[in-house]
Order: sequence, then C-alpha cells, then structure tokens
Amino acid sequence: MESTITTNVATRKRKPSMSLRQGLSVLLLLALLLLIFWLGGKKHFGLRQYAQLIMDGLRAGAIYALIALGLVTIYNVTNVINFAQGAFVMLGAMITADLFAHQLLPFAPAVNLFAAAVFAILFTTAVGLFIERVVIAPVRDASPLTLIIITVGVYIVIQGLALLYWGTGALKLPAFSTFFTEATRDKVYRPFGVIIKGQSLWIWTTTALVMAVLYWFFNFTIYGKAFQASAINRTAARLMGISPSKMSLLAFVVAAAVGAVAGIVLAPVTSPTYDMGLKLGLKGFVAAIMGGLVSAPAAVIGGLLLGVVENVAAGVTKSGLKDIFAFIILILVLLYRPQGILSKAKETEKV
Amino acid sequence: MKFIASHRNLWGLLALTSFILFAGWFEITHPEGFSSLTGGIFTFDALVRIGILTIVVVGLNLLMGYTGQASLGQAAFYGMGAYFSAIFTARASVVGIPDTIANSWWWPWLLIPAGMLITGFFAYLVGRPILRLKGHYLAMATLGLGIVVVILFRENFGISAKVLSLTGGSDGIPGIPRLRIGTYELWPVTRYYFLVWAMALLSIILSLNIVNSRVGRALRAIHSSDLAAEVIGVNTAEFKTRVFVLSAIMGSLAGSLYAHFQAAVSPPTFGFVASLDLVIMAAMGGMASVWGAPFGVAAFFLIRELLRARMHLVVEGASGEYEVIAFGLILILLMIFAPDGVVFGVRNTLHRLRHKPLSDS
Repeated sequence: MESTITTNVATRKRKPSMSLRQGLSVLLLLALLLLIFWLGGKKHFGLRQYAQLIMDGLRAGAIYALIALGLVTIYNVTNVINFAQGAFVMLGAMITADLFAHQLLPFAPAVNLFAAAVFAILFTTAVGLFIERVVIAPVRDASPLTLIIITVGVYIVIQGLALLYWGTGALKLPAFSTFFTEATRDKVYRPFGVIIKGQSLWIWTTTALVMAVLYWFFNFTIYGKAFQASAINRTAARLMGISPSKMSLLAFVVAAAVGAVAGIVLAPVTSPTYDMGLKLGLKGFVAAIMGGLVSAPAAVIGGLLLGVVENVAAGVTKSGLKDIFAFIILILVLLYRPQGILSKAKETEKV
Repeated sequence: MKFIASHRNLWGLLALTSFILFAGWFEITHPEGFSSLTGGIFTFDALVRIGILTIVVVGLNLLMGYTGQASLGQAAFYGMGAYFSAIFTARASVVGIPDTIANSWWWPWLLIPAGMLITGFFAYLVGRPILRLKGHYLAMATLGLGIVVVILFRENFGISAKVLSLTGGSDGIPGIPRLRIGTYELWPVTRYYFLVWAMALLSIILSLNIVNSRVGRALRAIHSSDLAAEVIGVNTAEFKTRVFVLSAIMGSLAGSLYAHFQAAVSPPTFGFVASLDLVIMAAMGGMASVWGAPFGVAAFFLIRELLRARMHLVVEGASGEYEVIAFGLILILLMIFAPDGVVFGVRNTLHRLRHKPLSDS
C-alpha cells in the first residue's frame, strides 16, 4: 500500500522529457570521450597505451565486481549495506599470505597455497557468520542509518584486530603462475604489445568461476531458490515457510566467502595490508550502485566498468586522482540513475 | 530566545559555562595546570579541541539526530573552513593578497565568516540534489563527497606547480598565524580557549533555539516520516537543505578555529576517518540532543586518552593505535542498545526497570 503511494509521489515530482535527457547524456558522453582523448593526446598516448589502461582497469574491475557481488547478496535479503565487506577481502588476502609464508604443510608450495586459501575462506566465512548472528540479527528492524553505522563499527573492529595481529607491514604472496613453472616471477603475456600479467588471468578466471557457481547455487538449488524468493518478497517467502533469519545468515556466509576469494586472488598484485579493505569495500559499493544495488549481473558489469573508467581517467590525468573518479561516479549515479546505469526500470522511492 | 523557557537548558548552560570558566581560571592561576586535576588524562589543549569539535558535532546533531539525514562526510566542511583560513593567511602571497592586508590583524577574522559563507554556499549547491536521497544512499553520497573534497585538498587536480603549492599536497599548510585583536594576541592557549568556547556556547544556544521552535518541530517531523511531514505542509526539501547548510557553516567555523589553533592543516585531519570519528562522537552524546554534543566529544577524548594510557596493560606492547578496536565496539554497542545516545539509553533503561511506559523523547 504505502509503496504504491510513495512511487506516485516520486514520479509526479519530476517530469523530465526522456528523449531530451537521453540526447543530453549521449552528448555528455561524447564530450567526455573527447576530453579523455585530448588529455591522452597531450601525453602522446597511442592505441596501445589505451588498451593497456583498459586491461589493467579490467583487472581491478573484476575485483570490484566480486566485492559488489557480496554487497548485493547481503543487500537483497537484509537491506543492509555491509561496510565490512572490504574487511572480508582483507581477511582473505592477509590470512592466505600469512599462512603461505609459514609453509605449514610438508607438501609442494601449490598445495600449501591451496590449503591456506581454503582455510582463509573458511575463517572469513566464520567471521561473516559471527557478525550476522551477534551484530546484525539483534537489530534487524533498525533504521538504515543505524545499520550502516553498525557495519562501520564492525569494519573498524576487524581492521583494528588485524592491525593488532599483523601490524602495519605489508605481507607478500607470490603470483600463482610461479607455482606451475620454474620462474620466480609472474608470467607475462604480450598480445599486440599489451602487457597482461598471469595473475590477471587468474583473477578473471576466478571471477567467472565464482559467478558461475553463484548462478548455479541461486538458480538450481533449493536454498538458492529460497534465497531468491526471500530477496524478491520477504513476507511472501516467509509465508511459504522460508526463514528470513536463515536467509540473512546465508547471505553473510556467501558474501564473506566471495569477499575472501577476491582478497586471495588480489593478494599477489597488491601486497596486502591491514587497511586495504576500506577503499576496496567502498569501490565495490560504487560498482554495486552502478548496477542498481539489487542485480548481481549488473553489479559485475558495474564493477568492470568502474575499473576501466577509473583507470583510464587516472591514466590520462594523474594517478593521485584515481579515487576521485569513483566517488564522482558514485554521486552522479546516485543522483541521476539511482536505479542503476543499465536498468530500464523507473526510479522508485527506494532511493 | 525561546530556549530560556526551558529551565533545564538554562541550568545546563549555566553549569557548562561555569565549568569552562573554572577550568580556564585554574589553568591560568595554577602553575601545574588543569591537567593535574584529571591526573594528566585531560590536557588543557584537549579542552580546546573538545570546544572546537563540539561546534561541528552540534551541527551534525541537528542534521543527523534531529532531521535524520545521514552525513558520513562532515569532516569535509570542517576541512573547507580550515583550508580557507589557511590558504588566505599562510599562502596569501601565492593567492595574490597584498602584504598590508594579509598582515593586518583583522584579515584572519574577516576570513572566518567568509569561509563560512563559501562553505555554506557549496553545501547549498551540493545539498539541493544530494538530500533527495534517503537512507544509505544519502550516507554513501555524503561519504563520497567527503572523500572527493579531501582528495582535492591533497591533489589540487594536479594542474600546475603553483596550484599545488596552494594546499601543499599531502604535507598540508604550515605557518598559519594566531588570531589577534589589534596588538593583543589570542595566544597562549588560555586566551584562545575562551574564544573557542564562546563560539561553542553560541552554537549550542543557536541550536537550542532552532530545536525548540517551529523549525525544530518541522525537522523532527521530517525525521519521523518525510511523507507525513510533506503532507502536513512542511517543505521537506527546503528544511533539509537549510539544516545541511547550517551544519556545514558550523563545520567551517570550527575548521577556521582549528587552523588558527593548530597553526597547520593537512588532509588526513579531514578525511573519512575523521568523519567517522565525528559520527562516533555524535552517537556517544546522543544524536538527537544538543547537549549531547559536548559530552559526546568529551567522552570520545576521555576514552581515547584512557586507552592510550592504559592499553599496554591489557595487551603486551600495545600502543595507542589499538584504541580503534574499542571505538568500533563502543559504536556497535551504542547503536544496538542505545541508538539515541548514552543519556537517553540510560534514561530509557531506568524507565523500563520501573515498568513505566516510555515517554517520547
């Protein structure tokens, strides 16, 4: 009832001429592209430099996509923006790097890495479970502001504990390709002169794999279907006997696991530190917002797009400005396309 | 001056003022200083910082507590005031201000309201569209805004070396002059202390007036329900923007005061972590309470100093950095058990213990 009323109010308030708006956005996009080429031209960028920027952007974008997937999963069932998602990524990366460095198992390094990764995922999942039960579940009906501040608190605590345990130093994890060759450095491919690191391939493959697994899980298992039902309509799902509490728990477990996986494949390219999570979590959020915050595929596209845009924009201007683009995009998307950049749906009062 | 109608506020104001006067008097007359009263936990400097941040948190309280509009980027406005004062005093020659003006005693004083005006105008421009958003979308947009502003302090778009020297990049701006009236310098810190707290008291009085007025009722209506407020004739967009602008102006004032107190500004002071600290302070004092602001800030400082001094007893070799864990826990516990702040939380618990129905705060 209430939602129909509010939607009406929202649509009546603004009556933009759609065709004019679309025309304007196309013009704006063209102007931006010209600006990029002009700025790039000043730095004498050729096609290869742009391709390189895009490739590096896609690597960062895949990580953003994984983080965004976790955020969307949690948001869909609980309406919580999980600020602590970045902490899951950090835990995945730090635990794997730390365990691997100690070589606890008397096997080959590759086996050790795998064991460390599995342990990191399990541990992070346990953390996600713990957070949901202890912190989120008791305040399920609190206001969005309260919930967001709570997850901020969770992030602060996890980061503080990580600082306590690991200190401020960066850990190191060798590139995965080195486990399968004799080389000590990461394999590098050079199609058309564009440099692609072996680890990038690992990141893309993992992202695709995670997406496939999630797709299978959400569409072909009974738990996944219950989860989707709960995301679409919580009350109706509840009436069908689906426990919202269980689904909330499931969301945090999935998000924590996906976050940890993102951290593990990311670790070799950015020596992980205790405070790496905040920025990543925020970027993942920007990606999720670009996708409209409710759709997993759109979030992935949002992540890849964000990575590319950010990297190209920073490439043609100044690397120190990199983060600014993501947040300018965030504000613009929130203001003008809060339903996501891909969605055709009308803006709803959810925003 | 409607707030005087409430005796509680009058007594509160009287108590706070007399405490401030006492602390200032003690610091001036006793050579061992104010910190000896608190066993060295609270320094006199901390009192000045508490005063400065109280101004910001009072504004944040109006915005978040009374109107229910999240802001995770409030430190940006604080920073804008600080940088405005810093650039036009310490970098006056770069900006092209003649020495005679830049060295005059009234110039920094003029900059404070000018900075407030500009920050307010910026907040107006940004607030209009941003405040259409609700809930976590608003929180994230303000967060983004805060991060963008701080990156601009740090990077200046990287246009040219001259522009970069304006804000000094990640090193910030040193050498900001102290405030003075004629030849009477508002320094040492005991003199500056009274200026800061006068401003803090003024902002508290202003907020009490707003809260206990037609506007205050409108703001609370918006907090309960946007739609309902709109239906009963509150121009929600207008009121939200006004409060946003007011909180930004208060932030800017505090920022200018900070710049002249610290004599240097640098980006991290106004970054995301600083915004979070402000939210924690507001939450500790009770978001929907003007009086909560000074207590929230003071509690934040007290806990931080205690942790810095005692943390090594709990964890071997731990230094002050780990205080963040405690603050995270406090934030979570506050939000779960007393989202209206400690004062209200305790009051409500007492009510519950006496089996009385809760009164609407």
